Amino acid sequence: MLRLHCPNCGVDCDETELSAGGEAHLTRFGPGSEDDDFESYLFMRKNPKGVHFERWRHVMGCGKWFHAARNTVSLRVYGTYPAQVTAPPEALLAEIDAVEPGWRNKEEA
Amino acid sequence: MSDLATPLNGRRAVGYVTVSEDAPRGMISLRGDLSDGGIAEAVRAVTGANLPEPLGLTAGEAGQVAWMSPDELLLFVAPNQTTDALTGLRSRLEGVHHLALDVTDMRAAFRLEGRGVREVLAKVTPVDMQTLAPDTVRRTRLAQVAGAVWLSDEETAHVVCFSSVGTYVFDVLATSAAPGGEVGVF
Repeated sequence: MLRLHCPNCGVDCDETELSAGGEAHLTRFGPGSEDDDFESYLFMRKNPKGVHFERWRHVMGCGKWFHAARNTVSLRVYGTYPAQVTAPPEALLAEIDAVEPGWRNKEEA
Repeated sequence: MSDLATPLNGRRAVGYVTVSEDAPRGMISLRGDLSDGGIAEAVRAVTGANLPEPLGLTAGEAGQVAWMSPDELLLFVAPNQTTDALTGLRSRLEGVHHLALDVTDMRAAFRLEGRGVREVLAKVTPVDMQTLAPDTVRRTRLAQVAGAVWLSDEETAHVVCFSSVGTYVFDVLATSAAPGGEVGVF
C-alpha cells in the first residue's frame, strides 16, 4: 500500500484516497505536430524498473493534482512536489541520487 | 414557510455509538484565493469566525467555517440564515474573484456520539483515527465514497457527504456502530 504526502493540503493520504494520473512531465504534441510525435505523446509511456515520476490527484480529499517520485520496485517514495512544474525539483533529484546511484544512466538506456 | 427537511428526515441508529442525521443547517461553499484579505473579512462579517488554517475548523457567533482545500471553504450557518449569509458574502466580495453557492440541499450531515466514535470511523476510513485531533477537518473516503470527517470532542464526530450518497453513508456508519462490532483498539 502506498502513502503519499499531498503538498496541497498537507495530508498523508492513503493510495485509496488518490487517483493515479500516469507518467509526469510529458510534452504535449497537439494538432499540427508530426505523426510520430503525436503517437508517442498519446501512447508511449515509460515503464521503468526503478525511479518513476508520476502525477496523482487527491480525489477523495482536496481534489488537487500533485507529482510524486517513487520506486516501482521497492515502492519507496522519494517525495512529492507541486503540480505546477515541468521538471522535478533539483533538491529531490539530489536526494534520489544519494539513495539510487546511477539511476539517471538507467533512465537514458 | 415550508418545513425544513434533511435528506434522510433525521434518521437515527443506536448502536455502541449513536449515528444520527444532524439538525438542519445552512451550508455555503466559498471558493476563491483564500490569501485575499477580502475573503477573510467577508467570512468574518458573515459568521464571526476567522479564516481557518489548512485542515482547520473555526467557529464564530453566527456559524462555523471548515477548510476544504487550498481554495475552498465550507460555511455552516443557521438554516434560516443561509440566504442572508449568501447575499452578505456576495455583496462584500464584489470585485473579488470568487464563487459562493448555497450547497445545503447538496449535502447530508451526520453526527456520531459515544465513546467509540474514533473506532467506528476507523473501520470505514483510511484516516489515522488514533491521531486525528479535534477540530481537524479531514476530507477522505468513507467506505466507497468521499466525505469530510471531524471530531468536535472525544465523544462526538461529524460527517458531511453528498446527499446523493447520504443513505449509503448512514448505513455504513450504522453498520460500523452496530452492537457486537466493538473492537476496543482505541
